[in-house]
Amino acid sequence: MSTEKEPEPDDLVHIGPEMAVAEADLHPDDAFVRGTSLWRDAWRRLLKNKLAVFGLVVVIVVTIASIIGPTVIQHTFGFTPDYIPTHDQKLTKSMPPFKGPNNEFSWLHPMGTDNAGRDQLARVLQGGQISIFVAMVSTLVSLLIGVSYGAIAGYLGGRIDNVMMRLVDVLYSLPYVIVVIVLLSMFRSQTPRGQLTLLFIALGSVSWLTMARIVRGQILSLKNQEFVLAARATGVSTSRIIFRHLVPNTLGPVIVYATLTIPQIMLTEAFLSFLGFGVQPPLASWGSLAADGVQNIAIFPWQLIFPGATMALTLFSLNFLGDGLRDALDPQMRTV
Amino acid sequence: MTSSDGNLLEVKNLRTHFDTEDGVVKAVDDISFQLKRGETLGIVGESGSGKSVTNLSIIRLVPDPPGKIVSGEVIFNGSDLLLLPNDAIRKIRGRRIAMIFQDPMTSLNPFMKISKQLMEMTQLHLGHSKAQAYDHAVRMLETVGIPDARGRADSYPHEFSGGMRQRVMIAMALSCEPELLIADEPTTALDVTIQAQILELIKKLKRETGTSVILITHDLGVVAGMTDHVIVMYAGKIFEQARTAELFSTPGNPYTKGLLRSVPDPTDEQGKLYQIPGLPPDMAHLKPGCPFAARCDYAQDICRREFPPFVKLNQDHHSLCHFAREVYTESGGTPVEA
Repeated sequence: MSTEKEPEPDDLVHIGPEMAVAEADLHPDDAFVRGTSLWRDAWRRLLKNKLAVFGLVVVIVVTIASIIGPTVIQHTFGFTPDYIPTHDQKLTKSMPPFKGPNNEFSWLHPMGTDNAGRDQLARVLQGGQISIFVAMVSTLVSLLIGVSYGAIAGYLGGRIDNVMMRLVDVLYSLPYVIVVIVLLSMFRSQTPRGQLTLLFIALGSVSWLTMARIVRGQILSLKNQEFVLAARATGVSTSRIIFRHLVPNTLGPVIVYATLTIPQIMLTEAFLSFLGFGVQPPLASWGSLAADGVQNIAIFPWQLIFPGATMALTLFSLNFLGDGLRDALDPQMRTV
Repeated sequence: MTSSDGNLLEVKNLRTHFDTEDGVVKAVDDISFQLKRGETLGIVGESGSGKSVTNLSIIRLVPDPPGKIVSGEVIFNGSDLLLLPNDAIRKIRGRRIAMIFQDPMTSLNPFMKISKQLMEMTQLHLGHSKAQAYDHAVRMLETVGIPDARGRADSYPHEFSGGMRQRVMIAMALSCEPELLIADEPTTALDVTIQAQILELIKKLKRETGTSVILITHDLGVVAGMTDHVIVMYAGKIFEQARTAELFSTPGNPYTKGLLRSVPDPTDEQGKLYQIPGLPPDMAHLKPGCPFAARCDYAQDICRREFPPFVKLNQDHHSLCHFAREVYTESGGTPVEA
């Protein structure tokens, strides 16, 4: 009988009760004055990690820029991301970065324009909005489904656990990208917004699998702790034990995995948009911008480089941040 | 059908078995006892003798699978807990039967504030509002002697020491004024001075609230000072059952004698500490005959062949041994005729 494969020990971050005990043992005197330092400790360790701080800063900057950027550009330069200049089409199409209409230096289009004459910077920022939004929402969906699913399976155990996790195995073994592509093309929506909603559903519905496994693994080790028995002995209901007592204890690994899910989903979304299944114009995402850019890569390389570089930078940063968070929340690193 | 003889709890022929890869382990095998209102019952025995499983069986918290309550009755206040639906038993847990666990380090949820964990009890069982429950929680913390209870209520468990956590556990267990308190080795994980404080606290609260207590321990000293009756368990069986004073003065079972001899005597510093020879038996492969035979000074051929009878030595003193009468007489008791 094959049992569920446990997540690698490296993937698991324990912030269970043993840590509290270990802390008190290490510093018997200041165990009291240290107060609720669990998160503050983690934060301090995160700040020591230069790459993680770099990642955090970049992620914050890119996010804020994406949110307010298009509006700022509209107010300063007077064009929206999908503004296509019509007065002199020949000159404004596919303009290189920092060049004005007469080939002089200009701040008007720092990233140049695309082959329809739209400002590349505004497009990239708008694309960032969509990319980040898609990644966030899908991660939230994966959090919601994955955590509850994994927690229920892990806590109830036995046959229910078996059935639930076999279902996850089956879904896992489906070729994920193909499933999403089939989903997206089968239910192809007429409006760009409809297609975006479909994208959320498609990405969210497959991204919770790993989360469910991670949470289940955590719950399996937590549920034999005495505080669960104590809670049961006080008459607490099963659902309350799962969601009020156990799930908060898995928060560390869940946060870490969620930060690592965001770039993963962002990448998948970009990939799908690149293939033309994802975000539809006039909406843009980094993936669809890159797809547009690829067509003219030899002549107008900036049309690929800028969206591509922005996405790569963001993905790097998110991964650094995720790794940093994992190290910061890992009790094995506590002595450092 | 409330029992008229003042029994709060009556356990009859309880059997709890565990299915392990080695075979069926009869962790609790045909245990019967009664507990009267306001009394304290001690259950002693070595590790693995079935003490904890007995009590988990009472409130139906035996991990299932692999454990299973095979047969028996647990009559609490006239109704059989083993027949109740899950919802009903949940309303009894914590409200009418509360439990204190061995290790205060792990029995509090590390991610919940102390106040929250205490409030959960009364909100659940007494229908308290948030404010009521909070006040009650603070009051309970004061009762169990936490200094600056109001200031401390919003701390997390790791900010408390072991003794304080055990106090919190007691506060939690007693916050709904249960009729029965099951304390499963409440002092094992604590150092000696704290042990004394915790026991004193349980005693005091018991006096004040009239709660019945089942005290599980392997510390005979604790039993002597706290309990009215004692049950000695070995290999899932009750080996001896008596009033506390009687058990200590005139034990009727070789195993109890061995246990009593192995308690260090502070007045005799030179003597070597006695130890019962051998190890507890492998519960999955019990041989026929007395499970203690291999370690027993009194063992004869019959002990290895036949399972010993549960001999009545007097009104409330029983012993599971072929030679119970002889051992009892040797200790200075006079067995009644069967």
